[in-house]
Amino acid sequence: MDDADSILQQLQQQLGVGSLYQQQTVDDILTLWVSKEKIIPAIQFLKTAAAGPFKMLYDLFGIDERNRNRYNGLPMADFTVVYVLFSFEQNCFIKLKVALRGEYPSIASICSIFKNANWYEREVYDMFGIRFDGHPHLTRILMPLTWEGHPLRKEHPARATEMGPFQLRDEYQDRQQEALRFKPEDWGLLEHGDDADFMFLNIGPQHPGTHGVLRIILQLNGEDIVDAVPEIGFHHRGAEKMAERQSWHTYIPYTDRVDYLGGVMNNLAYLQSVEKLAGIELPDRALVIRVMLCELFRIASHLVWFGTFAQDLGQLSPVFYMFTDREKIFDIVEAICGGRMHPNWFRIGGVAQDLPNGWQQLVQHFVDYFPPKIREYEKMVIRNSLFKARTKGIGIYTLEEAIEWGVTGPGLRACGLEWDWRKKRPYSGYDMFEFDIPVAQHGDCFDRALVRVEEMRQSLRIVKQCLENMPAGDYKSSHPLTTPPLKKFTMQDIETLITHFLNVSWGPVIPAGEAMSCIEATKGANSYYCISDGSTAAYRVRIRTPSFPHMQMVPYISKGYTVGDLLSILGSIDFVLADIDR
Amino acid sequence: MSATEHILIVVGVLFVLLNIAAGLIWVERRLLALWQDRLGPNRAGPLGVLIVLADTLKLFFKEDWIPPFADKWVFILAPAIVVGSVLLSFVVIPFAPGIVVADLNIGILFFLAMSSLGVYSIVLGGWASNNKYALLGALRGASQMIAYEVFMGLSLMGVVMLSGSFNLGDIVAAQQNLWFVVTQPVGFVIFFIAGIAETHRLPFDIPEAESELIAGYHAEYSGMKFGMFFIGEYLGITLISAMIVTLFFGGWLGPAFLPPLAWFVIKLFFFIGLFILLRASLPRPRYDQLISYGWKIILAIVLANLLITGAIALWLRG
Repeated sequence: MDDADSILQQLQQQLGVGSLYQQQTVDDILTLWVSKEKIIPAIQFLKTAAAGPFKMLYDLFGIDERNRNRYNGLPMADFTVVYVLFSFEQNCFIKLKVALRGEYPSIASICSIFKNANWYEREVYDMFGIRFDGHPHLTRILMPLTWEGHPLRKEHPARATEMGPFQLRDEYQDRQQEALRFKPEDWGLLEHGDDADFMFLNIGPQHPGTHGVLRIILQLNGEDIVDAVPEIGFHHRGAEKMAERQSWHTYIPYTDRVDYLGGVMNNLAYLQSVEKLAGIELPDRALVIRVMLCELFRIASHLVWFGTFAQDLGQLSPVFYMFTDREKIFDIVEAICGGRMHPNWFRIGGVAQDLPNGWQQLVQHFVDYFPPKIREYEKMVIRNSLFKARTKGIGIYTLEEAIEWGVTGPGLRACGLEWDWRKKRPYSGYDMFEFDIPVAQHGDCFDRALVRVEEMRQSLRIVKQCLENMPAGDYKSSHPLTTPPLKKFTMQDIETLITHFLNVSWGPVIPAGEAMSCIEATKGANSYYCISDGSTAAYRVRIRTPSFPHMQMVPYISKGYTVGDLLSILGSIDFVLADIDR
Repeated sequence: MSATEHILIVVGVLFVLLNIAAGLIWVERRLLALWQDRLGPNRAGPLGVLIVLADTLKLFFKEDWIPPFADKWVFILAPAIVVGSVLLSFVVIPFAPGIVVADLNIGILFFLAMSSLGVYSIVLGGWASNNKYALLGALRGASQMIAYEVFMGLSLMGVVMLSGSFNLGDIVAAQQNLWFVVTQPVGFVIFFIAGIAETHRLPFDIPEAESELIAGYHAEYSGMKFGMFFIGEYLGITLISAMIVTLFFGGWLGPAFLPPLAWFVIKLFFFIGLFILLRASLPRPRYDQLISYGWKIILAIVLANLLITGAIALWLRG
């Protein structure tokens, strides 16, 4: 880890000796504790001055440390704020942690350094009650404005049964209704401009163009967008909170539903970090099965995007063709997993079952069937001149802007950066496969579409390689912490029986520590940051989803366009509401 | 023509038209389904034909709701205008020799005037709804329809020059040897495009633009008032198709083994099918793109067409 050492030295020089504390983590990512006062200079330095600067704020989240059992010599903290930065030059993550003391602590905001820190800091405030000094608009983001308490604090109840019966009294209802009233000044919007009165148009939460419960408030001058304010949180289900009371194993189905078009891809992101924590190595067959399923889901997800994008632009038919093809993928998924959209099929240490007899024919059939279909759809949608007129030159952002706002996935590749986590930081055996990274140059809606279409071809290539080279062997690791535990180790003596019983009933105890994964999900980089306190459940799981920063960018890239263009922009981003709100 | 005959024609035309418009609900949904790899409505009655009845009954029994914030009388008036103006346009269409409600010698002008009135339903409907989406839809609709009316009128002038008459019956008769689509191909294409814009059907359904404006100018309408807009749209398609047939495809003319009316209906349904196919295949341009396309490109073409047609007509007579 020469890179990490050199960064550490540079930082130490900058901040003074003794201001940093390095934490060892199993994910091989440099993890440094920084004092509260030094965080601004540290981040400033890493972003601008370090050799191979960390230009992207990849994630920012909080941890409630007050219930910890094992500190393992880490700094004492009531709350921790974690900053995850990424450097494209060095292909390197860095985690900065700040220990905070007190019931409702505060820390300096880094909004002035990273634009996309805005929503992340609001989320930390919403979830933990940690205040960020100097934040331009520190309000709740996921929870309703009238919510009492901060959900991810350990004292906040996780179940409805802990909260007493719900009653909708009149005054309560009036208060809730009043909180929903739209007041432009709360959002920093002016009602009058220099020579015009603005109209405020409420797009959503129920609107056919938003693909889910998303609300965007538009400030319009005629049909031109002066400003836009997305309001999110309608789809918030507390996925991170649930992780704290589910066992490591029983949390897997919840991950399926985060990016609900990505299916098992979410399992993979979560299990990558759990398996790192547990130190489980997977047999080749398990890896390749996982890759095959993930790529099938990538195609399925892109098909949904493709169809609905065309429909947003008024083309009614493609969505039907593409959903029909998606059904063909689901037929394969169903034959293999039993489920369709949320198969919940990956397990700690492998997959739930071996591939069924005859899976080759199913996959082979699809591999033969699909390429002409992509060509047809490309002709139907991408090469349609009306489609081009609606998407070319709309919603442009440059590579610098993309990195500044935390854009990953096809949106980043459409700006000309050949960056795919599967290639650059291979996981789950992706280094064994041959595929290209499609890129485009202009960063507009059309290019984002182009990249995704080409990605479907590349995914199909990977599926084909899985089909042709499926290794023999186990579909699950024989590690004792895999779930469900293997039966063959059971019937030896009372110890093995008890271990098996506990691992089945309570679930495995994952060793204390923390690990972060990063996978190329259907929409961009998806990460699960798992912290284990040596228990049967996670102490904290942080889900970094790609759609969250993408949605944050919408106002920035839609200013000056018209209402019709907004739909092109939203469609080209390819977000999923559950992926934003978790 | 005796008075009874005349009344018979009026009632007959009205009856057939309203039934065609209602029947198009089924035709459109089945055709769209066919082109989109689905089945479409196939439960009610043979091949699902009775979906028309089911839809109509549903619309009749829905709550006839007028939003409290709407301008009540204008809100009620708007859907009536759309059906009224389109039905009035049909007055001048010669379906077959002798089957025409009013053989006006200013037929084309009457048609243009009536179709211009249709814009009032959109503007008034959108305005009276007192809803921002409806308002945006109405604004879009007004500018789109006014723009495309200009080209619609101009595109027909070539036909008028060649036939020397505004009377639709005379225009059909003038196509005895050669359909005007051959001599006026540009006029036909532009009339067709303008016709789509006039009926605000996909790809030019910009005043409604489901994915942008939800339902645009009729977002607040429900029950039979919405049904009026619905029927008005199908009547509009029928009207534009009938005009295309009359002006460019020889109206009722055709080989003698079928009666003239049959030829008219066959041609009519061909163009109705084309409207539906367009809806199934094309995306929607942006509002400002459509308008600037109209003023910058179509206007130039249509004027050039007029000039050349005029020159040739003069030379031929010369």
